[in-house]
Amino acid sequence: MKRSVQSTILLLLFIVALLAAPVLLSEFYVTLLNYIGLYAIVALGLVMLTGVGGLTSFGQAAFAGLGAYTSAYLTTVHGVSPWLTLPAGLLVTAIVALSLGLVTLRLSGHFLPLGTIAWGISLYYLFGNLAALGGHTGISGVPPLYIFDLEIRSGREFFYLIWAILLALILATRNLLDSREGRAIRALKGGSVMAEAMGVNTPRSKIVVFAVAALYAAVSGWLYAHLQRFVNPTPFSLTQGIEYLFMAVVGGVSHVWGAILGAGLITVLKQWLQDWLPRLLGQSGNFEMIVFGLLMIIVLQRARDGVWPMLQRFFPQDVARARSDGVRRLEKRPLPESGSVLLEVTDASKCFGGLVANDRVSFRVRAGEIMALIGPNGAGKSTMFNGISGVDPLTSGRVSFRGERVESLPARRIARLGMSRTFQHVRLLPAMSVIENVAIGAHLRGRKSFIAAACRADRDEDARLLQEAALQIERCGLRDQMYEPAGNLPLGRQRLVEIARALAADPCLLLLDEPAAGLRYIEKQALAELLRRLRAEGIGILLVEHDMEFVMGLADRVVVMEFGRKLAAGLPEEIQRNPAVVEAYLGGVE
Amino acid sequence: MDLQIALLLGQDGVTNGAIYALLALALVLVFAVTRVIFIPQGEFVAFGALTLASLQAGRLPGTVWLLLAMGTAIALIEGSAAMRARRFRRLPLILLINCGAPLLLAASLLAVSPAELPLLVQVLLTLMLVVPLGPMLYRLAYQPVAEASVLALLIVSVAVHVTLTGVGLLFFGAEGSRTPAFTDVSFEVGDVVLQGQTILVIVASILLIVALYLFFERTLYGKALRATAMNRTGARLMGISGNLAGLLSFTLAGAIGAFSGVLISPITTIYYDSGFLIGLKGFVGAIIGGLASYPVAAGGAVLVGLLEAYSSFWASAFKEVIVFTLIIPVLLWRSLKTRHVEEA
Repeated sequence: MKRSVQSTILLLLFIVALLAAPVLLSEFYVTLLNYIGLYAIVALGLVMLTGVGGLTSFGQAAFAGLGAYTSAYLTTVHGVSPWLTLPAGLLVTAIVALSLGLVTLRLSGHFLPLGTIAWGISLYYLFGNLAALGGHTGISGVPPLYIFDLEIRSGREFFYLIWAILLALILATRNLLDSREGRAIRALKGGSVMAEAMGVNTPRSKIVVFAVAALYAAVSGWLYAHLQRFVNPTPFSLTQGIEYLFMAVVGGVSHVWGAILGAGLITVLKQWLQDWLPRLLGQSGNFEMIVFGLLMIIVLQRARDGVWPMLQRFFPQDVARARSDGVRRLEKRPLPESGSVLLEVTDASKCFGGLVANDRVSFRVRAGEIMALIGPNGAGKSTMFNGISGVDPLTSGRVSFRGERVESLPARRIARLGMSRTFQHVRLLPAMSVIENVAIGAHLRGRKSFIAAACRADRDEDARLLQEAALQIERCGLRDQMYEPAGNLPLGRQRLVEIARALAADPCLLLLDEPAAGLRYIEKQALAELLRRLRAEGIGILLVEHDMEFVMGLADRVVVMEFGRKLAAGLPEEIQRNPAVVEAYLGGVE
Repeated sequence: MDLQIALLLGQDGVTNGAIYALLALALVLVFAVTRVIFIPQGEFVAFGALTLASLQAGRLPGTVWLLLAMGTAIALIEGSAAMRARRFRRLPLILLINCGAPLLLAASLLAVSPAELPLLVQVLLTLMLVVPLGPMLYRLAYQPVAEASVLALLIVSVAVHVTLTGVGLLFFGAEGSRTPAFTDVSFEVGDVVLQGQTILVIVASILLIVALYLFFERTLYGKALRATAMNRTGARLMGISGNLAGLLSFTLAGAIGAFSGVLISPITTIYYDSGFLIGLKGFVGAIIGGLASYPVAAGGAVLVGLLEAYSSFWASAFKEVIVFTLIIPVLLWRSLKTRHVEEA
């Protein structure tokens, strides 16, 4: 509680400083702050896109251009009110961003930024060559803004509008990131495999975050058009788009306040360099770009998180916390009857080129039983897990889960049916707290979307999700580490976090890939106890594990794999006596 | 448009396309080996062209200063690392390679009057000045972050591009240069005049492509690069150093860029910032090849050259818009074709 009071006080102080700034500062500094505000709005979008979502764009200036030109054209040629051209500009930007996103976001990550470079260039030339948009001379005579009868014309009046909008967007962005959809966006950075397995529709999350960043830029462009009352192509060129990215990276691309900091640093530095460099070098030109380029290289080599994290320790940190009072628990899904077949794998094969990793493997898992999949390294166990859970689909064969064929469904659809998994190579977001990591598991148990999250209409649901996450964390014995960054935990405990995350999805089938690796004896016993309890509740568990003592003491049935084939199946005692299994594990006895 | 104009435009398109193809190959190579999306490729073209133009005008090319500056920076970094490791015996070699060689080159340029040298020597000097910038760039900008994500490397690339463009303005000024044609020969085939320059560019490009092919197929270093491109970790386990592969691929990229600059300098006026758009057109070609296939990338680049030539006839003002919008249907086609699976 105390921390949030502190941060509210800091925010209020910041607002007071903003209110006082135009009164105290000279025209020059007000103009400078106006530009910083405009740039920060664009950089804020890039923070969401790059630092949070792990995507990037060099074309944000072009999106700002769309907002600016739409408004300039409609107000000057058709006499439309600026308050109507804002939604029009947003609509145009959204259409362009969504189509660009749909085209590139299915490809691997670097095609999007390359696409935005090409698109930034072609839009710049389009602005400059369309006669209707005034060509390279641009459009002048853009009307000022009015709020009722109050004309917003001077820099000081604009200051309040720009910074009010910036502040509102910062708060909305923060709210969004601290929500179910926000955690899904943050999960993108760790690659889409984990997020998909937790039921996140990652292409949708990517397109949304890309569109939101574009819309922020369009808002900035709209403000720019009415502040300058003139538009031409130059401020919307690729160079400016690159500068926006520099602002975000220098400021701190993972933090909303990094956007303001970066915009401020780069803008002031640019002002200063533009004064000094031509004098120093004895010729005129955009030499500040040399310094910016070098600065970026050094930042990326030495302090990839930018400047904000260095200041951050002076500010209180808000961490999402579970409320203990009066939160209704999430509904649980009805579990299938104990002993009924949950999962049926028939003739499952997976080939990687010429390598057959799984060769016509068949087995069943029932509700309320623990089935272990064992075998030497490279036997194809994890491949089988990926095939069943839809992470890396099988080449051939059938998988039915709760009576439904799932082998060609995407991972998120399978997750929705009630299958949840952990990964052999832990896939947590190391900078996020344990509870937020686990809450990603509960993604499919919430409904509230982006807009609700941005205006905090999701608090009730989010509290329930966090409470569920907290309960699963306690169940896995990690209560004391709930609010620590997940990356700080030892590897064995990170595996327990993965289990908690899988449990937060309220599964009826749990796929555990080497859950006991890296655990100490006592922790293993506690884990075995937890799995027994889950079994008693009626959950089916499919387990890959190398610790034979752990497996044999726990599993109801065992399937042994070797070189991609099923070698044997049966009760633990039978398996232990099976000569083929003994040979596979210990080598032949001469 | 009659047939004659069509053929003339086609000739232009193929000439530019041949150069874009070279760049596309370099881009695919660098990306495959180092995962770096080499945006500054175009700057090598501009530097190559402008260095040759400076030599022919009898001026000391600005690239000399860049070479000296980067060499000094590397000597400082490597030298201090050697001192910390108490390996003082390495110091003379570090100094000799990074500072001595550029100084020697600068001194010899001052000693002779480059404008009077034969063309071939001027071209060689240009290559000697520009090509080393490739590996130096790798050492300074990319090697310290070699393990970073593709995205971070891309941002580094853009930062390098921005820096080099600024440096280009500083050293070469805002005026453009165009070198005289290498040859005045022309052939008449029917109604069409084939420029000797065109043939020279195409033949040189083809020769370079063949040389690259032989390098990759027949030499140990070429095979090492291919191995690294296929599997970085595997190649490292086989004793192929990632840094060596990086330096080598950047040397090739520098050489291809500088050579393309020499080829293009009699065809178009090159400014300090012209390289970027030229490089990006190579990129459109490379993306057509999915940043992976050499022949498709080269073919795509020729297509870009043709598209550019014909669109400059039909809608000259929208030439760049058309060329760069081409990337959208290309990406759409690729995204429908590929199913991207992350390594699990």
